Amino acid sequence: MAAIRSFFADRGVLEVETPLLSAATATAPHLQSFKTQCRSVPGHHLYLQTSPESAMKRLLAAGSGPIFQICKAFRESEQGALHNPEFTLLEWYRPGFSAAALMTETEALLERLLRLGPMRRFTYGEAFRKYANIDPFAVSTPSLQEYVVRALGIAPQTATSLERDACLDLILSRRIQPALHRRPTWLCEFPGSQAQLARILEGSPPVADRFELFIAGVELANGYCELTDSKEQRQRFLGDLAVRRRLGLPQVPVDTRLLRALEHGLLEECSGIALGVDRLVMLSAGEAHLEAVLPFPISRA
Amino acid sequence: MASYSTNEFKSGLKVLIDGDPFSILENEFVKPGKGQAFNRVKLRNLKTGRVIERTFKSGDSLEGADVHETDLQYLYYDGDSWHFMDAGSYEQFTADSKVVGDAAKWLKEQDLCTVTFWNGQLLSVAPPNFVVLMVNETEPGVRGDTASGATKPATLETGAVVKVPLFVDEGELIKVDTRTGEYVARAKE
Repeated sequence: MAAIRSFFADRGVLEVETPLLSAATATAPHLQSFKTQCRSVPGHHLYLQTSPESAMKRLLAAGSGPIFQICKAFRESEQGALHNPEFTLLEWYRPGFSAAALMTETEALLERLLRLGPMRRFTYGEAFRKYANIDPFAVSTPSLQEYVVRALGIAPQTATSLERDACLDLILSRRIQPALHRRPTWLCEFPGSQAQLARILEGSPPVADRFELFIAGVELANGYCELTDSKEQRQRFLGDLAVRRRLGLPQVPVDTRLLRALEHGLLEECSGIALGVDRLVMLSAGEAHLEAVLPFPISRA
Repeated sequence: MASYSTNEFKSGLKVLIDGDPFSILENEFVKPGKGQAFNRVKLRNLKTGRVIERTFKSGDSLEGADVHETDLQYLYYDGDSWHFMDAGSYEQFTADSKVVGDAAKWLKEQDLCTVTFWNGQLLSVAPPNFVVLMVNETEPGVRGDTASGATKPATLETGAVVKVPLFVDEGELIKVDTRTGEYVARAKE
């Protein structure tokens, strides 16, 4: 922790602290938030944050300049060797940085903490072509479903219920991630449908300016060159809620304060990244299970 | 039977897949990025013993299987089926060769076996981990040879063939580990 703080102090990045409880929460369909009671606020509910992203972007829009935060984040139902529902994130934002510049800065930080040596950079498409022999942008959804049945042993009735991105996620975690075991690797330029809060790079096909770092096959960090257009951000939030309705998932309040901040704020080109600190500690200790480095995992919390 | 969602999966849970009862061996939570979460599960088919791997979407559920284990006393083999009795209630059960399988060669009358029931039917029989059986047939013993480590085959009263040290004679009782099929020691009644 001290090494992380001194890294950012050297670079003039300001440490901030933002609320863990908030009136709104992430709309992304596959992130489930803990909902708490709070009688003193309108609506009587607050959400434990799945990441400090919204609040930090509001600071950025208010002109904070480069900021970082080490905080707890909460995601319900995520529990396993690499997941604990309560976990520690390091998240930082760099106004004026491209995705490539932020990847380079992340490498410098990790070089200090883990001494990993050089890292590879693949696009999402390159990795899928190389390790799964699939063009993730051109392939049809039925052939993806067929692939997960044939190559990954998914039951056919499960496969037909999988949406396109779920098939791609499955191939990523079962085929690509294990293949990236040997060397630290960045994946960038994700499908537009997996943009989350990243801006879209126009092109053919258009891709999300999103980047993820895998070390020893473990997903360690996820970054975006941020979407700063409040209109498009609103559309994506509403799109997420529509997907939630279709999948029978709970509806959540949209973060209108973030939308207003984007609309009126000073946020221009900016890249941000979130890094799992528990996983970082696990990797530096040479362990493969979070329970090896968490004194009190959720089962004993 | 209740159904179980993936977040209730844990090793030992008995579930139904395609009409067969399975026991969960391992359950791994897999979630890439901010995408769909999956559970990758290893299960043992309780009818065939085969281990399979399945991946489920997190939140999917499986019907529970009405499976339970109990200890029954083995009574006798009538040439066609094996007969067991609940030593508490005296209720009797019969099992055919599909159910008893390889356990048959370790079953000795009066021994307590762990049996698995599914929907009230006998599903499988596990012999005790250690059984004491008489040697029916083996080459003559070599007296005093307790150190060489050499072995010879011996046919036991149940028909099982195990490797025994050279000093073991016909008519002697030996203790066998049924999980490995290996000789453990000579035994007294």
